[in-house]
Amino acid sequence: MKQRLPLLITLIVGLTLIVQFFSPGLSFIQERFTNWFLVVIVFAFLLGFLSLVKVNITKIKRRSEDWGYSIPLLIALFTMAIIGIGWGIGEGTIFNWLFMNLMVPMSATMFSLLAFFVASAAYRAFRARNLEAAMLLIAATIVMLGRVPISSAGFLSYLKLDAIANWIMTYPNTVGQRAIMIGAALGVVATSLRIILGIERAYMGEE
Amino acid sequence: MNRYRALFLLALLASTPYVFAQVETSPEGGELLAPPSNFIAEDTPLDNGNSISLSWNLSPEDIIGKTDIEGYIIERSTEKETGYQKIAELPAGTTSYTDTEIENKKNYYYKVYSIGKGGIHSEPIYAGPVIASTQWFNPERTNMLVASILLSLFVLYFIFRARKGEKLYIRPIAGLEAVQEAIGRATEMGKPVLYIPGIMDMDDIQTIAGITILGKVARMVAEYDAEILVPCCRSLVMTIARETVKEAYLDAGRPDAFKTDNIRYLTDDQFGYVAAVDGIMLREKPAANFYLGTFYAESLILAETGHSVGAIQIAGTAMPSQLPFFVAACDYTLIGEELFAASAYLSGEPLMLGSLIGQDMGKVIILAFIIVGSVLETFGVDVSSLFLTK
Repeated sequence: MKQRLPLLITLIVGLTLIVQFFSPGLSFIQERFTNWFLVVIVFAFLLGFLSLVKVNITKIKRRSEDWGYSIPLLIALFTMAIIGIGWGIGEGTIFNWLFMNLMVPMSATMFSLLAFFVASAAYRAFRARNLEAAMLLIAATIVMLGRVPISSAGFLSYLKLDAIANWIMTYPNTVGQRAIMIGAALGVVATSLRIILGIERAYMGEE
Repeated sequence: MNRYRALFLLALLASTPYVFAQVETSPEGGELLAPPSNFIAEDTPLDNGNSISLSWNLSPEDIIGKTDIEGYIIERSTEKETGYQKIAELPAGTTSYTDTEIENKKNYYYKVYSIGKGGIHSEPIYAGPVIASTQWFNPERTNMLVASILLSLFVLYFIFRARKGEKLYIRPIAGLEAVQEAIGRATEMGKPVLYIPGIMDMDDIQTIAGITILGKVARMVAEYDAEILVPCCRSLVMTIARETVKEAYLDAGRPDAFKTDNIRYLTDDQFGYVAAVDGIMLREKPAANFYLGTFYAESLILAETGHSVGAIQIAGTAMPSQLPFFVAACDYTLIGEELFAASAYLSGEPLMLGSLIGQDMGKVIILAFIIVGSVLETFGVDVSSLFLTK
């Protein structure tokens, strides 16, 4: 029973949501399930919060490597929670000020690292070790040059790099992306069927 | 002089009807505005009932920049002549409105009129009766229904054949062949395996695929007596990942080796999560990193940090825009459908493998449609586009 009940619920919910996708009259079912999902998330969030607190308190207690970072983490966690609950989170609140002036710049800083990582990854990817890598290097060079003003300056304008770059992006690139998306869509259908029919149970911890 | 006076009177008399026709008055005595036209009320198509769509053409006086009209009033009644009540006041330039506060299977009448400054308004125009009703099938999704049924039948057919004991061939997938090697390496080096099931929640099919693969990976980790770390970006994912890993350790006969805190929640914030995972990588120096699920801009930051600590890296996602980053920075990448096939592939169970063959058959059918459609379109036959749009 412990195994069958979740599988039965999965089967019923899965089939119901498939049917409602094709039936506008049943669209309210999806809205209801979405609301239930949000309720589940709220309870799960409490578990996440407790996990975060427990892991970091344990780190501080055991003086694990870099345990000092856990102290500002816990201070920030509780400060934001208390300020948010006590004085609200809307425009003009302390919570909003802290979010806009601490959280947003820190996120932007992490995001900006991407530029450096793109350079290092591109350096490795563009080494012409074999035919495919050489083709990637040529295509990438053309697209990069074709997307900047220099491609239409001087003798480079005769090479029509911007037109070739557009062609690469419109045809080979789109074809590749669509092939991946079609394959993925088929994978989604097959995975969903395996889950709905109870063949795939690993997500429940059942082998 | 009398001749001029007579001509003036004649002209005044001749123009009088025209003047009266132009300057009509409202019942309150003010001037009337020009009403909107072509007022249509119809049941909203492809909905679950409970709504009626109204549309009209703008009043001729509703002109951008020099309008005298401030907006339109819509009134509704269940009787044709009486009982109208205002349900909406819309700004000038509006040509449609959806009334969602009605009951199914009931007659409704509507009227709309334009309003201007100082309370002046136009004569109303009417529409109705109209009845809202539920549509039980969306004909615009017929092609999807047919394709889904066909694909499902293929999958079920090959699952059935697998159940009968038929041996099925699955092409080797390099990224999945390397899973065992990666975990073995981590065991030999005495370092942990880092598993990241994407940054989205459990309502994302790629996260579900990532969690199903986690079950298989965690079981191998338990069998090899290695350690697995699963930092999660969502609380619900953490809860399910914990259960999955716990069961995997139980199945491997090593429940004592399971550490609850190794599957931990970090933050819902995308770049906060990246910072935390990068920190874990730099501190713990995992020997094998798995990135299987939905990823966005964080994909390359994670994969490059993993590369810098010398981990063997296996990634998989169905996000076309992130795949190039993983291909560039990881040792193996599962592309699109391979992510969804991974769990079945790793389990080696005939029923699971049968579903993969069915999936491949679906691909063959789609390929055939693409080729036939391209040929027909090239020769000017519009059959394929007809099929795709209806």
